[in-house]
Amino acid sequence: MKSRIALAAAVPLTLGLLAACGGGGGVSASSAADAQGPISIWYSNNTQEVAWGEQMVASWNKLHPTEKVTGQQIPAASSSEEVIGAAITAGSEPCLIYNTAPAAVPTFEQQGGLVSLSSFPGGAAYIEARTGPGASVYKSPDGQYYQMPWKSNPVMIFYNKKIFAKAGISTTSPPLSTYTEFLATSKKLVSSGAAKYAIYPDPSSDFFQAWYDFYPMYAAETGGTELVENGKSTFNSTAGDAVAAFWQQMYAEGLAGKGSYTNDPFADGTAAMAIVGPWAIASYQGKVDWGVVPVPTTAGSHGDQVPTFSDAKNIAMYASCKNRGTAWDFLKFSTSTAEDGKLLTMTGQMPMRQGIQQLYASYFTANPSYQEFAAEAAHVIEVPNVANSIEDWQVFRDAWSKSVIFGQQSPDAALAGAATQINKLVASGGTP
Amino acid sequence: MTSIASRRPKLSPPEGELAPGARQARTQRLVRAALGRHPIGMLFSAPYAFFIALLFAYPLGLAVWISFHRYFFAAPGVSVPRPYVGLANYEAVLEDPAVRQAFLNIAIFMVINVPLTVILSLLLATALNAVIPFRAFFRTSFFVPYVTASVATVGVWLFMFSSGGIVTNVLGPLAPHPSWLINEQWAMPTIAIYVTWKGLGIFILLYLAALQSVPKELYEAAEVDGASWWHRFRSVTVPGVRQVTTLVTLLAVITGANLFTEPYLLTGGGSPNGKSTSPVLQIYETGIEQNHPDFASALGVILVVGVLLIVGIQQLVQRRQA
Repeated sequence: MKSRIALAAAVPLTLGLLAACGGGGGVSASSAADAQGPISIWYSNNTQEVAWGEQMVASWNKLHPTEKVTGQQIPAASSSEEVIGAAITAGSEPCLIYNTAPAAVPTFEQQGGLVSLSSFPGGAAYIEARTGPGASVYKSPDGQYYQMPWKSNPVMIFYNKKIFAKAGISTTSPPLSTYTEFLATSKKLVSSGAAKYAIYPDPSSDFFQAWYDFYPMYAAETGGTELVENGKSTFNSTAGDAVAAFWQQMYAEGLAGKGSYTNDPFADGTAAMAIVGPWAIASYQGKVDWGVVPVPTTAGSHGDQVPTFSDAKNIAMYASCKNRGTAWDFLKFSTSTAEDGKLLTMTGQMPMRQGIQQLYASYFTANPSYQEFAAEAAHVIEVPNVANSIEDWQVFRDAWSKSVIFGQQSPDAALAGAATQINKLVASGGTP
Repeated sequence: MTSIASRRPKLSPPEGELAPGARQARTQRLVRAALGRHPIGMLFSAPYAFFIALLFAYPLGLAVWISFHRYFFAAPGVSVPRPYVGLANYEAVLEDPAVRQAFLNIAIFMVINVPLTVILSLLLATALNAVIPFRAFFRTSFFVPYVTASVATVGVWLFMFSSGGIVTNVLGPLAPHPSWLINEQWAMPTIAIYVTWKGLGIFILLYLAALQSVPKELYEAAEVDGASWWHRFRSVTVPGVRQVTTLVTLLAVITGANLFTEPYLLTGGGSPNGKSTSPVLQIYETGIEQNHPDFASALGVILVVGVLLIVGIQQLVQRRQA
């Protein structure tokens, strides 16, 4: 009996030790660097991007029959980042993913899951020539590009013209420029019964939700300061406190929704406004007659040069790729002037390319409502490319949730605590 | 009569050597000790044992190993140092106020969910076991939430328990403010009630099966003795289904410890202010989203040990009562 127990105990122990010592394999970087051949790619699963991805892959395959590309939607999960992280660990990720969040890049890098695009001849020059000086924010601390800046979705305030008209508010020039105006307009929208809530940013605790309430307004308020700069958090400041106080008042007065909501509250008319990028426009078609304005600031935001959050999605090459030569050629093909134009036309999202308003003038003439996004695209800020990026954002979100949304602590104290914690995390330099 | 030969003393083999018969007997003893009386049984159970080893024992062993090392998930072939850190991950887990809050939350959950599950499922099973009209309809009705996807039922509950939802409207001034799922005091109890409602069907089914095996003569004897419905229920039904009550309690405790989907969907990942987060949600956040599987593994091991302790205490109490 004792020996059977010993046997039973030995099995999991041995398996555990095997796993601990295992994990060999991987791709030889030197042999893969120039290799040509078939590759696979993943793209986002929204209808418009799928259509763009399919036509782009078909165009490539017609021209390069020996270097066939297989495209598919990114597997479904609660976030793309966890799918990609798991795929890197399993060594099953495709060569290119057209849905890489800049915030996740430091983690993927730490995992050894990314290929430096700067390692290709002319790689850095290609990225910088396409995107311009704005490309530099996507450089990692080692000076290499592990992501290709691809497309941005400048976050702005969408408003429902029908609801605004019902509340007796101007639909062509709504008073939403300053915090005072925004609050007054919100109160009018709710008290008139035109909408249940003025605005309804997702109040959940996901780390990335701060990108759709705090961060765009912080960018506008500070003139384009990132959450962390020079290794220190920046938001424990007058500007950070002002943004937090604004949102706290919105929640405290019932102008913004606090509970989970399964549908899109802007699309179904529950909220009169939304704070989001142009990628969402497709889901409003036929449901909402919308207008768009820049996010407010204390002093007033006017024109189309108010900094905001980019909500960018980039392209990265992954370590399991065996034919990196083809992958690099395909990456350039998919970010060419022609394909960027198709991306804009088919999805309404802004390619991160210099001078898009001039380059695709006919599109913007035909779709004037997108011009503001194009103008804003030149003034966006990004999430900081720092160690423990996702953890930093989670710390921030938890503090925000506790103080601003649920009022259990003063926002100033909560943000100060979060700033100290984030400083420590950034200083730890990625040591998990 | 005893022959001379039989009286001759047996010669012992030299030290360290065994007679062929003794050697064979010893081998047989070893084989029996290792494989049991019926080695063929090992063969039959091998596929399931392999399944358990691969999908449960291996991950558990790996999790324990990870919890004692500095570890993060890396791509195959990437060499990363994984130093032994002793109990550092466990210390980090125990020092984390968010983790302590998560354990407190599931304690609240269990205090509500476990008794409620046992009492409601036993009462409803007893009612459904009686001859009542539309019995089949009621049995199906209680089972429907169990077989319906959580995502769908959560949508309905969000609608019912939101600030303008039907429950809030019906209760009027009696409804909590802020509403249920964004209220610090009510978020976890609401989740506990939701989980109770959703899982009730399977527990009713277990009790219904157990009720079939309670001898009818006991009820008849009690009735002859003049026992009321309540006395019959307390003295015949409850002891008669004791084994199933143990199972239901056990399953309810495990459900509580594994709580993930409900807070993730109902309260957006632990709102308000972490008052509905659970240890498994924390494991997901730190292990998967933030790539700290070392911390997450330590938390997982603590959770497993905690569940085993609760189950062990429960078994002990049950045996003493029996």
